Amino acid sequence: MFNAKKAGSAKRARRTQRRRAPFATAALLGAGLILTGGAYTAIDQGTRASAATESQSAETVARGEALFQSNCATCHGMNAVGTANGPSLIGVGAAAVDFQVGTGRMPMQANGAQAPVKPVQFTAEDTNALAQYVATLAPGPGIPEKEYLQADGDAARGAELFRINCAMCHNVAAAGGALTEGKFAPNLQQVTPAHLYEAMATGPQNMPVFNDANLTPEDKRDIITAIRWQTDVTGNIGGYNLGSLGPVSEGLFIWVFGIGSVIAMTVWLATRPN
Amino acid sequence: MAEDEHGGELRTAHSSDRPTNVGTAILPHDGFEDPGVEPHRHRITDAQPERAKATERVLIILFFVSIAASIFAIVAYFAWPIDRNDITSVRANNLWLGLGIALAMLSIGIGVASWTKYLMADHHVIEARHTTRGKPATRARAVEIFATANEESGFGRRTLLRNSAIAALVALPLPGIVTLRDLYNGNNPDPVSELSHTMWAAGTRLVRDPSGTPVKASDVTIGSVFHIVPEGLLELEHGMLEAKAKAVVLLMRLPQEQLKELPERKSWSYDGIVAYSKVCTHVGCPVALYEQQTHHLLCPCHQSQFDVTEHCKVIFGPAARPLPQLPIAVDKDGYLIAQGDFSEPVGPSFWERRNDYNA
Amino acid sequence: MTTTLKAPVREDGFIAGFANYIDERTSISGAVKEFGRKVFPDHWSFMLGSTAMWAFVSIILTGTFLTFFFDPSMAHTTYEGSYLPLKGMAMSTAMESTLNISFDIRGGLLIRQVHHWSALLFVATIGLHMLRIFFTGAFRKPRELNWVIGFVMFILAMAEGFTGYSLPDDLLSGNGLRIIDGMVKGIPFIGTWISFLLFGGEFPGDKIVGRLYSLHIMILPALLIVFLALHLALMVINKHTQWAGPGRTNQNVVGDPVLPVFAGKAIGEMMIVLGLLFTIASLFSINPIWNYGPYDPSPVSAGTQPDWYIGFADGGLRLVPPGLETYWLNHTWSFSIILPLAVIGLFIITVMVYPFIEAWITGDKREHHLLDRPRNAPTRTAIGVAGSIFYAVMWAAASSDLISTHFRASMEGIIHTLQALLILGPVIGYFLTKRICLGLQKRARSLALHGIETGRVVRLPHGEFLEVEVPVDDYERWTITNYVDQGPIMLRPNKDGRITGGMRFRAALSRWFFEDRIEPLTKTELEKAQHEHGHH
Repeated sequence: MFNAKKAGSAKRARRTQRRRAPFATAALLGAGLILTGGAYTAIDQGTRASAATESQSAETVARGEALFQSNCATCHGMNAVGTANGPSLIGVGAAAVDFQVGTGRMPMQANGAQAPVKPVQFTAEDTNALAQYVATLAPGPGIPEKEYLQADGDAARGAELFRINCAMCHNVAAAGGALTEGKFAPNLQQVTPAHLYEAMATGPQNMPVFNDANLTPEDKRDIITAIRWQTDVTGNIGGYNLGSLGPVSEGLFIWVFGIGSVIAMTVWLATRPN
Repeated sequence: MAEDEHGGELRTAHSSDRPTNVGTAILPHDGFEDPGVEPHRHRITDAQPERAKATERVLIILFFVSIAASIFAIVAYFAWPIDRNDITSVRANNLWLGLGIALAMLSIGIGVASWTKYLMADHHVIEARHTTRGKPATRARAVEIFATANEESGFGRRTLLRNSAIAALVALPLPGIVTLRDLYNGNNPDPVSELSHTMWAAGTRLVRDPSGTPVKASDVTIGSVFHIVPEGLLELEHGMLEAKAKAVVLLMRLPQEQLKELPERKSWSYDGIVAYSKVCTHVGCPVALYEQQTHHLLCPCHQSQFDVTEHCKVIFGPAARPLPQLPIAVDKDGYLIAQGDFSEPVGPSFWERRNDYNA
Repeated sequence: MTTTLKAPVREDGFIAGFANYIDERTSISGAVKEFGRKVFPDHWSFMLGSTAMWAFVSIILTGTFLTFFFDPSMAHTTYEGSYLPLKGMAMSTAMESTLNISFDIRGGLLIRQVHHWSALLFVATIGLHMLRIFFTGAFRKPRELNWVIGFVMFILAMAEGFTGYSLPDDLLSGNGLRIIDGMVKGIPFIGTWISFLLFGGEFPGDKIVGRLYSLHIMILPALLIVFLALHLALMVINKHTQWAGPGRTNQNVVGDPVLPVFAGKAIGEMMIVLGLLFTIASLFSINPIWNYGPYDPSPVSAGTQPDWYIGFADGGLRLVPPGLETYWLNHTWSFSIILPLAVIGLFIITVMVYPFIEAWITGDKREHHLLDRPRNAPTRTAIGVAGSIFYAVMWAAASSDLISTHFRASMEGIIHTLQALLILGPVIGYFLTKRICLGLQKRARSLALHGIETGRVVRLPHGEFLEVEVPVDDYERWTITNYVDQGPIMLRPNKDGRITGGMRFRAALSRWFFEDRIEPLTKTELEKAQHEHGHH
C-alpha cells in the first residue's frame, strides 16, 4: 500500500501541479516527495502493488503453495482449511488473495476485525503465485479483466451506484468512514482500480460481497471510473478540499483559521502603536 | 472574622450597611482614588513627522495595489473563462477572480485601518453619560400626555368600549392563522394513514435500486447486501421519492444457523435471506452500513446499531425500536417477492403510532 | 482653549451645496451633531460584534447575487451540464441551478463559497461576541433587553444557515431535512401534523425547498435586519460599555470618536473581514454538492453532519441512550426525541434569561457601564465555563464517527465518554474555573498590596534578607482594586415581619454566588503594609 500510495500520488500530483503552479512552496514540497517516493520505488522494484498477472502454471501454483504453507498456514491452516485464528480460504478466489496481499493487509500483524493497510510483504510475482495457488483450491472470483480497470466507463452511472452501495461506509468522496467497534472503511482515493474491483468482488473483512449478480463487471468499471473522476478531476475543483470530510472539517477550519484571523485582526486594530 | 493570608478580611456585610438599590454589592468605603485617564503616549508617527510621511507613502501604495487588484480581478474574470469541455477550468476562474477581489479588499482594509492607527489623532476623547431613565420633567410630561389622551378619549373610563375593541383586534389575525391549514392540503389523506402503509404488497417483486431489475434468490450469496425498492416504484410519475422514503429495503443473506429468528417470523425469511426496512427507526436516515462478519447494521447519522441475526433489534445508539422486517418469499420463477406490506409503520416514531402491530 | 475649525470643503462648492440641500429636507445636521463625535471605547474584544455584522454584509451581498441564478423549485429535471458524474441524473431544478452556479457561471462558485464560508464565520463571531458579553457582565442593566435581542439574532442566524444549506436539495442537506422530519414526528400531540404541514405532505414532498427559500431570503433576513437595527439603536442609546480603569467611571465613556477614528476602524475592519472571506473561498472549497448528488431516500454518506452551528443539536441526538420510548395512554412517547429537545430547549431559555436571573439574585438596580473582569465575578464566570463545556460536549458528539476514524478509537467508547463528560465536564469545569478566578483575584490583590516581586534579594547590614518589591503604579492599582465587590444577602424580615420562602431561596442563591469572595484592597491596608516595609 505504501508504494501504491506513492504511485497514485505521483500521478495525482502531476495533474495537480499544473493547476497549483503558483503555489511554489507546495509544488517544491510535492516535487521533493515525488523524487524520494520515486527513488524508493525504483530501488524497491518488486513491491509495487499492481494486479498480479494471470499466468497460471504448475510452477507458479507450487511456488504459491510453498509460500502459503510458510507464511499463511499458521492462521489459515495447512491447505487453507482454516483454524481458530483465521477463516478458510477455500473458494475465496485469486481476487481475494491479490487484494489482501497486494495491499499489505495480509499477512496480518495482529488478529482482529480490521485488517489495516500496511507495507506490502510480497513481490508481485509471489502475490500472483499465492493467488494462483488459492484459486486452485476451489472456484472463486478471479483477477479482474483489464478492460474493466481502465476507468473509462460511465462516470454518472458509476457515481450513482457508488452513492447507493458504497458511500454510506466510504463517504461520498471515497474519503472513508467509521464502522462499529473501532473498525473503519478506508479512504479509496489512492487505491488502484484492480484492488477496488477485487474488494467489491470478494467482500474483504466486514465489507459486503458485491458479486456479479449484484454489481456487474460493467457496474464495477463504472464505479471505478466515478471514483477516479471525482478524485483526479474535480477533487479540488473549488479549492483545497480539506479531506472531503464534510461540515466537520469546514467548521474546524473556520474556528481555527477564520476566528484565529478575526481575533488577530481585532487585536491589531485596537492596539495603540508606540 | 476570618483573616486571609494576604491580610484581607473575608466577611459578609450587614444589609444595613448598604443602600437598598445595590443589592448584594458592597460599596467601597476605604478605596483608592481614581488617578484619572493615563497620560497620552506619543506614537512614533506623532514624535517623528518623517515617519508619518513614510507611513503615508506606504498606505498610498497600498491603495494603488488595491486598484490594481480590482483591475486584475476584472481581467481574471475574462482571462480564465469556463471551458464547458474542461471542467477543471472552473478552478482557475474561482482562484484568480477570488484572490484578486480578496487582495483589493484586504489592501483597502489594511490601508484604512493603518491610517486610523498611525496617522489619525489618537487622543482619548471623554464623553459624559446620561442616566438612561428620562429626566423627571420629561417623564412628568410623558405622563401628562398620556393622561390628556386618556381624558380626551375616555380610554380608561369606557371600559366596555375599550375591551371590546381589544378583543376584536385579538380575534382579527385568527382567520389568517387558520389559512395556514392547507400547508398540508385538507383534501389529502390523513397523515397517520399515509404513514401506516408503504408500496409493498403481496407478490411485489424486490428490484434493485437504481436499475429496477428483479432479484433472484440465487443472486443473494452469503455476505451480500442488495439495495431494494418495490417493483414499479422507480417508474412512478408522481410521488416516487415519497414512496421510496418509506419503501427502501436492505436485503442480506446470512448462514441460516446464525439467524435467531422470532418463532412467529420464521416464515418471513427465505433460506437465510432476510429483508429489513432501510429507514432508521430513530429519525429516518437510511440504515445502510452492513458489516458482513459482525452482522451489525449501522446508521451513519446518529450511530444506532441493529443486529441482523436478531430481527434487527437495537444494540447501540439512540434508536428505540428494531427495524421492521419485510416478509419475503420466492415466486415461481425464483425471483424474490414480498409476502405483503410491513406489519408496522416504517421509520421514526410518531405520536399516534400504536404498539400492537407486530404479529 | 477652543479653536473653531474651518469647514473641510469650499463654502460655495458642490459638496457644501449638496449637504445644504439634504439638510433643508431632512434635518441631517442634527444627526451629525448628535452622533458625529460619539465615543467608542477601544478594546479588541469590543470589535467582535461588528465583525459579525460584516460577515452578515458579506452574506447579503453574495446572497443577492445567488438569488439571480438559483431556482428554488423541486420540479424534476435531468442534468445535462458540465459535471460528468451527474450527467443524465434526475434531480430537482434547485440542485440543477446550484450546479450551474458552480460550474457554468463565472464567479458563481466563488460567490457560492464566499456565501457559505461567511455563514460559518457569522455564527462563530456571534457566539464569540456573546461569550464576551457574558463574561464581562455587559448584559446587566440597562442592557438586559439587548442581550435578549442579540440572542434572538443568534437563533435567527442559525435558522438562516440551516434553511440556506438545505436549498440545493443535495444528499447531505436532504438527510438533514429527513432528520428534522423524524424529530418533528416525535413531538407529542402535534408532531405528525407539524411534519405534514411543514413538508406539505409526506417527506420529502415538493414544497419544502420553496418554503425554506421564502424563509431564507425574505422572512428571516427581514427579522434579522429589524433586530440588528434595534440592537444597534440600543447600543447607541446606552452607549458602549468600557473596562474599568483609570479615569473610566460609570458616568463617562473614554475612547475614540466616531468621526474620524472609529469610522476608520470600522471600515478597515469590514474590508479585512470581507477580504478574509474571499481569500478563504478562493483557496478552500466548501459544501461540494456535486459529490453528494441529488437527494434520494436510498443513499447516505458516511460522515453526515450538519454545519457546525447545528452540531450541538445533532450531537445531543447522538448522546441519547437506546430504547427511550414508551407506549402510554394509547400513544407513543418518543423520549429519545423529547429528551434532547427538552434539554436543549431548557439550555437555550436559561441562556436567554440569564441576565434576569442574575439581576434577581443580586438585587442590584443600578446601571452598569463598567465591565467586570471575569476573575472578579467568579461564580458567573464558572457558570459560563460550565455552560460552554456543556455546549461543547454536545457539539463534539456530532463528529463522533470522525473522531473514531481519526483517533482510531471505537465510536462506542467515544460516545460513552461524551455521555459521561456531558454531566461531569460542566461540574469539573465549574469548580476549576471558580478556584482559578479566586486565585487570580488573590494574586492581583497581592500585587496591589506588595508590588511586583523582582527576585532580587538584598541583605541588610543587620543580617536580614529582603526581597525587593516594586510597587505597582497608581493606574494599575486602581485597575486591580476598582471592581464591584458583592457579598451574600443577610436575611431580614420584610415589612410584614416575615421571611418568605422566596426570600430564603434568593438569599441561598446569593450565598452560592458570593460566599467565596476576595475583598478589594483598602487604602488602610496598603498604608499599613507600606508602614511596615518602611521600617526596614
